[in-house]
Order: sequence, then C-alpha cells, then structure tokens
Amino acid sequence: MAQADISIKPTELQGGHGHPDKWKWYDYFTFNVDHKVIGIQYLVTSFLFYLVGGFMAVLMRTELATPNSDFLSPELYNAFLTNHGTIMIFLWIVPAAIGGFGNFLIPLMIGARDMAFPKLNAIAFWLNPPAGAVLAASFFLGGGAQSGWTSYPPLSEITANLPQTLWCVALIMVGTSSILGSVNFLVTIWKMRVPSMAWDQMPLFCWAMVATSVLALFATPVLAAAMVLLLFDINFGTSFFKPDAGGNVVVYQHLFWFYSHPAVYLMILPIFGIMSEVIPVHARKPIFGYKAIAYSSLTICLVGLFVWVHHMFTSGTAPWMRIFFTISTLIVAVPTGIKIFSWVATLWGGKIRYTTAMLFAVGLLSMFVFGGLSGVTLGAAPFDIHVHDTYYVVGHFHYVLYGGSVFGIYSGIYHWFPKITGRMLNEPLGKVHFVLTFIGTILTFTPMHNLGMQGMPRRVAMYDPQFAHLNQLVTVGAYILAVSVIPFYFNVIWSWMKGKEAGPNPWNAMTMEWTTDSPPIIENWEVLPVLTHGPYAYGMERSDEVGPAGEPLPASRS
Amino acid sequence: MKQIPAPFWTLVLGIVVTLVSLWVGQNHNLLPEQASEQAPLVDDLFNVMMTIGTALFIVVQGAIVYSLIRFRQPKGDETDGLPIEGNLPLEAFWTAIPAVIVVGLGLYSVVVFQEMGGFSPGGHHGHGAMVAMAPQQSVIDIAPLVAQAAATDEDIFSKTQVYGFGASPLVQMNQPDVTVNVTGMQFAWIFRYPDTGITDGELHIPVGKDVQLKIEAQDVIHSFWVPQFRLKQDALPGEPGELRFVATREGTYPVVCAELCGSYHGAMRTQVIVHSPEDYADWVASRVAEAMPTTTVAQPADAATDAEYLAGIAPDLAKSPVQIAQMTSMSH
Ligand code: HEM
Ligand SMILES: [Cu+2]
Ligand SMILES: [Cu+2]
Repeated sequence: MAQADISIKPTELQGGHGHPDKWKWYDYFTFNVDHKVIGIQYLVTSFLFYLVGGFMAVLMRTELATPNSDFLSPELYNAFLTNHGTIMIFLWIVPAAIGGFGNFLIPLMIGARDMAFPKLNAIAFWLNPPAGAVLAASFFLGGGAQSGWTSYPPLSEITANLPQTLWCVALIMVGTSSILGSVNFLVTIWKMRVPSMAWDQMPLFCWAMVATSVLALFATPVLAAAMVLLLFDINFGTSFFKPDAGGNVVVYQHLFWFYSHPAVYLMILPIFGIMSEVIPVHARKPIFGYKAIAYSSLTICLVGLFVWVHHMFTSGTAPWMRIFFTISTLIVAVPTGIKIFSWVATLWGGKIRYTTAMLFAVGLLSMFVFGGLSGVTLGAAPFDIHVHDTYYVVGHFHYVLYGGSVFGIYSGIYHWFPKITGRMLNEPLGKVHFVLTFIGTILTFTPMHNLGMQGMPRRVAMYDPQFAHLNQLVTVGAYILAVSVIPFYFNVIWSWMKGKEAGPNPWNAMTMEWTTDSPPIIENWEVLPVLTHGPYAYGMERSDEVGPAGEPLPASRS
Repeated sequence: MKQIPAPFWTLVLGIVVTLVSLWVGQNHNLLPEQASEQAPLVDDLFNVMMTIGTALFIVVQGAIVYSLIRFRQPKGDETDGLPIEGNLPLEAFWTAIPAVIVVGLGLYSVVVFQEMGGFSPGGHHGHGAMVAMAPQQSVIDIAPLVAQAAATDEDIFSKTQVYGFGASPLVQMNQPDVTVNVTGMQFAWIFRYPDTGITDGELHIPVGKDVQLKIEAQDVIHSFWVPQFRLKQDALPGEPGELRFVATREGTYPVVCAELCGSYHGAMRTQVIVHSPEDYADWVASRVAEAMPTTTVAQPADAATDAEYLAGIAPDLAKSPVQIAQMTSMSH
C-alpha cells in the first residue's frame, strides 16, 4: 500500500519556527496541524474539564451527605448533575481517549508522519474549547441546563430554555468534532500504514480505534439530529417531541439512545485498546489472542448498535423489542468477556512489572469484572425494571466509567508520558495516586448498588432518610477520589518540567511509537521505520533489539 | 503437596467456588422485602445472576490476584516471559462458556418477563369490556394534553397503544378487581378510583387482589416505582401506561418517582398502603362517606401554581403525603 503524499513533506513546510524538531510552548495554543500537538491539546483540555466535572461531582456528593437539600438548591443540583455528566462524557473521556491518545498514537503506531487530513484534525480539536465555553456560559445565562445529560423532553423543553439551547449547541459541536475525527482515523489507518505493516500486524489500539470510528460515524449523526429537533422544539415552535401538540416523547428517547448507548462503547473501546498495549509491555509477554481481541472490538461495535432499547424497558417499548434487546444486550458480554480473559491470560506466566501504568491496568481489570457483571444483570429486562433509574445504575456506570475509562486513561498516561514529554513520571507518587484512586472508587461506587436496589432513585437532591448512612459512606469515598487527583496533577506538572529523562524506549516496548525520539520529532522519524517484528514480540527471537529501527524506505524522502 | 495432582486442586477449588457462590446467591440480602406476585420472580432471576456472577467474579479476580503474586518480575530478572500468543481450544472455551451463560440468562429473562406480563401490555381497556389486542393506532393520533385533562377517564385511556406490564397471559383476559387511574405531575402522584370517585394522594389497595393501574403523566415524564413490588413504569405524557399486579403482603410501602421530572423530583414520594380486604372496604366506605371531590379537573396546569392546582383537584391531598407541604413552600 503506497504511502500517502502528506507523510513525506519536507519538515520545513510543517512550520517548526526554525526549530525543525522542537515545538515551542505557544505552538500548543495555535491552530497547529501536527497530530502530536493536537493530541496533547486534546489531553490537556480534557484533563482541565475533568477537574471541572469532578468539582461538580464533589459538590453533588456534599449535598447528598444529608437527606435534605440543604447545601445546593434543587435547581442548582440538577444543573450540576446535568453538566457533570455532560462534561465527563463529552469533554473528558471522549476527547481524552479518542482525541488525545488516538491523535498522538495512531500515526506513530503505524509509521506515518501525520494524520491523513491534518487541517481537519485541527478543526476537530478546536470545536471542543468553544463547546466547553458554551456550556460554561449556560450557567451564567439562566442557571445551566437542568434536565440531565439525557435531556428527555418534555422536561428539557419546559425548564431553563436558554441554557438548554446552549447545551444542545455544545453537543452538536462536540458531535461534529467526533465525526470529523473518526473520518480522519479511518482514512489514516486505512491508507497510511508503513507498507511493511499488514492489518494483522497493527497494534491493537489501532484496531480499537477502527471500531470506535466506525461506531461514531454511524451513531453520532443521530444524536445531532435529536439535538437539532430538540432545539427547534424549544425555540422555533415545532412539536417533534411535544405531546400536547402531536409530538411523541418516546421518539426522542430512541434517537438519543441510538447514539448514547453506542457512545458507551465509544468511550470504552479506545480504553480497551490502551489496555492491550500496556499489559503486554509490563507483563513482558505477547498479548494473548491477538485476533480474538481485534475481532471482539469489531463485534462490540456491531452488536453495540443494536442494544439501545435496554435504556427504555420501562418507557415506551413494544413487547417484541424487549425480547430482542434483552438478548442482544446480554450478547455484548461475550466479546467483552473475551477481552478480559485474554488480558488475564497475558498476565499469566509473564514477568509482571509493578509499574503505576500496570497497576492501573490491573485495577481496571478488577473494576471491569465487577462493572461488567452488574451490566449483565441490567441487561436482563425483568431485573432492569426494578433498578432502572436508580443508584444501582449510577453505581454500575461509574464502575465502568471511573473504574474502566478513568483507570485506563491514567494507565495510558503513565505508560506514554515518557513518549509524550520525554520525561518519566515519578513512580512513588504514581503509586500513592493509584492506591487512593482504587480505594476511593470502591468506596464511592459500591454502596450505590445497595442504595439503588433498596429503593433510592437517581438524580435526586433529597432522599429518604433511611438511606443516609450509605450515602455518607459514598460521600467519604468521593472526597478520597477528589484528593487522589492531587498527587497526579502535581506529578504531571512537576515531572514534565523536572522529571527524569526517559530516552526513546524506557519500557523496552515493541510497538513502533517507541522507535523514535521522546518526545518524537516533528514528522516523527528522520526516515520512516520498517516493520521488523510484530507489536508484541516479547520473549521471541528478533533481529533487532530495541531502538530506532530499520532501513529508509524506498518511498520516503531522501 | 508435590504428590497431589493439579486436577485435584482444580476440583476442590471448583467445589468451593460453587458452594460459596450458591450461598451468596441465596443470602445476599440486597433486595427489599417482596410484596407482589412479581417480586419473587424477579428476585429468583437476580439470585441466579448473583450466583453466576459471584462465581465468575471469584474465578477471574482470583486469576488476576494469583498472577500478580505468582508471576511478578523476579528481582534483577530483565528477561521476558514465555511467548505464549494464543491457544485456540482455550479461546473457544471461554467464548463458548459466556455465550451459553448469557443465552441461558436471556431465555430465563424472557420466561420471567412473560410471567410478569411484560410481553402482553394492556390492550384496549375502554368501557370496561374485555377486548383482545386491537390493531395499533398511529402514534401521531394523540389528543392534546389539555383536552385530555378535561376529558373523562375513559377518553384518556381509550387508546389502544398501552405501554407497560399487563397481567400475565393467564390473567390478561380477566377483569381486574380494582382499577386505579394514576396521574403523575410535578411533584405528586394523584390516584383516582373510577368506580367510587375517590381521589387521593396515596395509593390504597387490597391485598391479594388483581390491581390495575392506568398510568398517565400530566406535564413531564415521571416513573411510578414501588421497590417492594419490583415494578416500575414510566408515566409518559400522551402515552398511556399500565401496571397490573397482585400485592401479596399487607403493609405500607414507598411510591417513588424514578424519572427526573424537575427540581423537586427527589421529593416526589408517597406511599402505597396494602390493606386486608376488610380494611380496604372500610377505607373505601369512609372515603365515600366523606365529601367527594366534585368533578374531574378542568383547570389547566399552567393557570395556577402547583400548590393551587393540586389543592384544586384533590382537596384531601394536603393531609397525607409529606411532599405536598414541601411544594407549598416553593411557590414560584
Ligand atoms: C469523583 C468521582 C465522581 C463522583 C463522586 C461522581 C458522582 C456522581 C453523582 C453523585 C451523580 C449523580 C447521579 C444521579 O443522581 O443520577 C453522577 C452522575 C453521572 N456521572 Fe459521575 N461521578 C464521578 C465521576 C464521573 C466520571 C469520571 C464520569 C464519566 C466519565 C461520570 C459520569 C457521570 C454521568 C454520565 C452521570 C449521569 C448524569 C445524569 O444523570 O444526567 N462521573 N456522578
Ligand atoms: Cu416525578
Ligand atoms: Cu421525578
């Protein structure tokens, strides 16, 4: 497969301000088209939004320390609830996992000099900060959207109209961003791999990004449609979802979940990709079941498009749908299980390094086993009827989102920080971070399951006093989680400036991104690398050991 | 220890895990008491899932912890582990096992759902006649909300598309013993008894009788949930819903709104009181003897504050549920 032209432009044209192999700090605040800069831009902004979303969570949990709404007004509580969910999903996990890691790693992993459409890439990123600004503005212009991140009409049409409109606009922006990004990833992976890399020699993270991008392309336009219709209903007198004027409230739920259920796979698939990269390196073993993991990503992508109605078992669902969607939902557990077993099998018989990256990866495994099992119980419609819209669900999805996605992002940061910045993170601090996060996650999100089964609904600012004790426990857990980010942010900032120099390949890893400098030079390699071994050839005979590899390609620049 | 072969340990572990899981599945005490015929069905399903889940959790978590201890890097050993990349029989095995489990659970869920009436939501219940499932009307055909509020109960519920749980197929063709029209509104439940004209803010039902709730929402989506019944059904404006069940145990249980319905969503709580048949008859008699509310509502929701509105349609409401008091304090 021929290398696309874009990847072999002379360095000077890419705008390095006279320093062809180094970026200046202000490059990160510009419309830069280098995939690494964009990746870092995504990561840094998403980590800022993570603080904002986390701050809202802490305020909510403070409110919930007592049964009455005595800390926040109920309206404010709902605004924080809505924006916490929205920010965490659309401005934290998606930009960090897909935009950040995807942009930084994909070209490096496949031996390309950049993404296929660098300008489009920059546009995709620059849709995110204004989306965040619009959400922030919605707080000052009318108190923030209050109808939950799902924004079901008619509630979303009658409360806080202006902020709700802004909320729709923000979502349309991030949705557009994710569509542009997905096209870019697909074309890049399809067309720009080094000629020596076959599909089945790609790192598994690339497979995960293929599945993610396909899913985003199918699902996101539907969300955008729902948002536009909602926006019209609120502002221009249409009545798509207004029951008193011939509209149908259930249609919105179908549109919304047609996107938003696949969206949970959007969030988790790149994380699965990260896991498949981190575990073999630190366990010093080839990934177990490469093909199984790659294909299971695609299976999740496919089946994931046919499960959305499990969010609607208690609302307007025709009987046949309940059968179909119960079965299809439960089936998603199979490819997910395949991945978990493969990772455990990769650990088995390895020589496991207790690095922080590995600790978070294994922590994720444990959390995900739990979150996955509670997910299966939710797939079973009769039980879902009981716990739908309760704290059981909140517990479940935070196990998956915090214990899954957040742990995965942390793991990826500890793993690739040396590549991104050229410096190591401090390991002892990292371990403090891990222990606090692990304990905090369990303490915060486990009792939520009990609360939900016992009868506590979700999205409430006040609750029955019988639930007070467990809620206090949860709130303590949330404070521990809040504290846990302090060593992390400190570590990142301090190590970025003063950390130990990393060298090109501190973990002795085998994927292609480790064959260039840390941080990688503009355009990634002096001469494009040639694939001499698979991505996970640990313990195997290999011609070259570690380090910048290979001969110049005939096709590359002289 | 060297003499004892690995299969033996596997067997012992397997038995221990099985026993522990079975015990956990029966003794987890996670669910509240059971007060409807549906509850044991749901709980049995959950217990089965709990048993399987515990077993899987112990096995996978055990394998993780075991690997972490047993396969940690020996001090000073910088070499790699054995390059084992795959094992087809093993992979087929752990694809097949979960597949069998989830298909099994799926079928079991379908059976339970069938028994709960999840696959036969109420058909046409208008005019008290027994009607089998009539062909669906177009969903576009929704009378305006205000008109509905002013109409009689029969009109409200005369559509053929009804969401929710009907009774199990056996009971489906029978007339329910008690029918209650349930209306959710910000932020209270209103229960109307069409046979007697009683209106209340709490749900009173007799134990052991076939109860039918016809569920509607006045303004936004609410969700009717009684945790002890294991039943929940959204109250959708413009889309009638139904729950049909038999309460099996006398007592007072919470009625919870489970769908975000506005600022005081968390305060939208009331009670269902399951009476013995005699107590229920007494309650009905006493309520009928009291002054009955005159007619159904004609006042549209937005013409009054919530508190006035509620006071207008249900004069007795204010006596009972706690949250009405809270509502009066939030006039806006
Ligand atoms: C310190 C950590 C966190 C705490 C204490 C926390 C707490 C909460 C609380 C109390 C709610 C309200 C639940 C409800 O009433 O329905 C909530 C909702 C939510 N959280 Fe978190 N959360 C945390 C982290 C996260 C993360 C990392 C994510 C995702 C990446 C996330 C995603 C969500 C979502 C999507 C909702 C639903 C919002 C809605 O119902 O509209 N949370 N969280
Ligand atoms: Cu409600
Ligand atoms: Cu509510």
